[in-house]
Amino acid sequence: MATQQTIAEGAAPRVPLLYDPRVRGIAYQVLVFVGLFAFVYWIIGNTAANLQRANIASGFGFLQGRAGFDIGDSLIQYSSDSTYGRALVVGFLNTLRVAIFGIITATIVGFLVGIGRLSKNWLINRICLVYVEVFRNIPPLLVIFFWYFGVLSVLPLPRDSIALPFGSYLNSRGFYLPKFLWGEGAGLIALAFVLALVFAWFVRRWAYKRQMATGERFPVLWTSVGLIVGLPLLAFIVTGFPLSFEFPALSTFNLRGGVQIRPEFLSLYLALSFYTAAFIAEIVRAGVLGVNRGQTEASHALGLRSGPTLRLVVIPQALRIIIPPLTSQYLNLTKNSSLAVAIGYPDLVATGGTTLNQTGQAIEIVAIWLIVYLGLSLATAGFMNWYNARMALVER
Amino acid sequence: MKTILKALLGSAVVALLAAPASAATLDDVKAKGHIQCGVSTGLAGFSAPDNAGNWTGLDVDFCRAVAAAVFDDPNAVQFTPLSAKERFTALQSGEVDLLSRNTTWTISRDTALGLNFAGVTYYDGQGFMINAKKLQGINSALQLSGAAVCVQAGTTTELNLADYFKANNMEYNPVVFEKLEEVNTAYDSGRCDVYTTDQSGLYAIRLTLSSPDDHIVLPEIISKEPLGPVVRHGDDQWFDIVKWVYYALLNAEELGVSQANIEESMNSDKPDVRRLLGTEDGTKLGSDLGLTNDWAARVIKHVGNYGEMFERNVGADSPLKISRGVNALWTKGGLQYGMPIR
Ligand SMILES: N[C@@H](CCC(=O)N[C@@H](CS)C(=O)NCC(=O)O)C(=O)O
Repeated sequence: MATQQTIAEGAAPRVPLLYDPRVRGIAYQVLVFVGLFAFVYWIIGNTAANLQRANIASGFGFLQGRAGFDIGDSLIQYSSDSTYGRALVVGFLNTLRVAIFGIITATIVGFLVGIGRLSKNWLINRICLVYVEVFRNIPPLLVIFFWYFGVLSVLPLPRDSIALPFGSYLNSRGFYLPKFLWGEGAGLIALAFVLALVFAWFVRRWAYKRQMATGERFPVLWTSVGLIVGLPLLAFIVTGFPLSFEFPALSTFNLRGGVQIRPEFLSLYLALSFYTAAFIAEIVRAGVLGVNRGQTEASHALGLRSGPTLRLVVIPQALRIIIPPLTSQYLNLTKNSSLAVAIGYPDLVATGGTTLNQTGQAIEIVAIWLIVYLGLSLATAGFMNWYNARMALVER
Repeated sequence: MKTILKALLGSAVVALLAAPASAATLDDVKAKGHIQCGVSTGLAGFSAPDNAGNWTGLDVDFCRAVAAAVFDDPNAVQFTPLSAKERFTALQSGEVDLLSRNTTWTISRDTALGLNFAGVTYYDGQGFMINAKKLQGINSALQLSGAAVCVQAGTTTELNLADYFKANNMEYNPVVFEKLEEVNTAYDSGRCDVYTTDQSGLYAIRLTLSSPDDHIVLPEIISKEPLGPVVRHGDDQWFDIVKWVYYALLNAEELGVSQANIEESMNSDKPDVRRLLGTEDGTKLGSDLGLTNDWAARVIKHVGNYGEMFERNVGADSPLKISRGVNALWTKGGLQYGMPIR
């Protein structure tokens, strides 16, 4: 269109309206738009008519109804008296939880394995290669089953739980940890922690400025660690150790008390993390290999040692190659989390499915699913784009 | 993702194809040459493939009975195994013509979900099963507080369970799966202490566990579960057919007409029997239904009467050995009552 426009504006040869490319272009767009509109209109009308004929209720009013079913794993207060809307929120939070933990773990494991693939140590190199090839070539559902039925369900029953350090236990019902019971004054500790974070940030900024101005360096890392550990510790002592623990203990059926991490969450989380990490490893390897060797050599020639070379020269450049494909891995992980239904982890698809089954409101529920997954994907992509822009070459 | 896709397809199909689905199902079925029947994925005695791969069971036989009435051929059925969660979407969207899958008759299913229940082929109630070897000393459901309970998603079971524990001020830990197989594996491997579903289902599932004798069904029955065949709203004729096939099965038992004596019964001069079997002169009971006048005779000839179906699949002649109990005919103190065919 652009080129056609310039011609039209230039010599302006007289063309019949029917053959004018600009008019034609607009006409086609109008046609497509009207067609699309009519199609959507027809679909909506037809759907509404058919739903009515089949006597199926519609609308979003059902979200206020009493759900009636219980959910095993919930981050917020939920009981069978809660509404369908809340059940969906519980499912959504569960999806979010497994996605966030999965993304963090997959990134860490992926980076380690990816760097390991480049290691000159033969053993490390091979182990990482085998890892990548194994996980990359198995469908994620099988990886989930492997963890759930292969690893976690063969653990002993609660009576014979495996005792781990710090009063935690492992059995076929999951991983049990002692619960922290904070007493009075705990708020102060949290405050100290936040303060330490703020301080650390200022120190970093100050040190950076000073280094730019004078070339002198300051041990930012150690100061920050000292601040972040020290300040809350101080508060902890000052407030008189306001912390006690609730340890899991055996009752008739299960371990009671403490915090239970259920095997459904664990297997989904582990499976998604290790599966996605294999792909991330390859992306990281490609990213590092994509940085010209000359960069490393030049950096060495400037007198930087291997550590700073990797940190200051190679990784920032590699990241620019890594981030875009990394984003799609994050999106994949989030979407794969819907495989949760296979092992009974109550994610959005599971609680939504039960709601659908009970209320029969397929269209509404499916719409909610689509919007939520789309929203999650767009949010992830948005964040990664922002990060990517920050990492992009800044010319000075 | 698969479930989403399925549901999406389902709703798209509801949206686009509901027109043919709400038209005369009988005509569709006749044009196809078979009935598409939704059954459970494998519950011994109700619907499960046998060693030769043929579907058998009470729910399956009901589908065959309808096929016999329409086509004079109990094999003119194709079965669609459905999980509890999938079943209603499948029926609403027209993927199946008839749902015969231990489905409990409830008001919301009858109204909001746009379904019609044609009768109650099995009166059931929800129970609990535990491993008595591992959990010695437990002999009542009221001792189950704190237990992990395995249950299938999208069932009335899930809801009764919540109500029962709440009403008795007990806690529990729900472990919910979508597929029957997954619930069974989880229970068998000790992921949960208790298995809950319809009692008939518990007996059927117990047979498939690794050591069935270790497990006991607790005495409490916590709900009413009238299980029966379902069709969708909007097709009264098809609804009538399914309903009257069920009543014909009951009336045949009541009148003593069975698969064994159907040939003689065709010559019977008892008016009741003649009306049932369509041998009455000038009868139009069958044709008014949209079928042939010997529709009920076809049903009995191919699958037997209700009593025969029951004993063969879940009763004395089956591994389940369930007694008739409330499923006996009303004349024998039970609840099964066939409306008069006249
Ligand atoms: N009657 C209940 C529950 C029926 C149900 O789905 N029971 C399970 C457990 S016995 C079942 O038959 N599953 C078979 C399957 O999923 O294939 C209902 O209608 O909601």
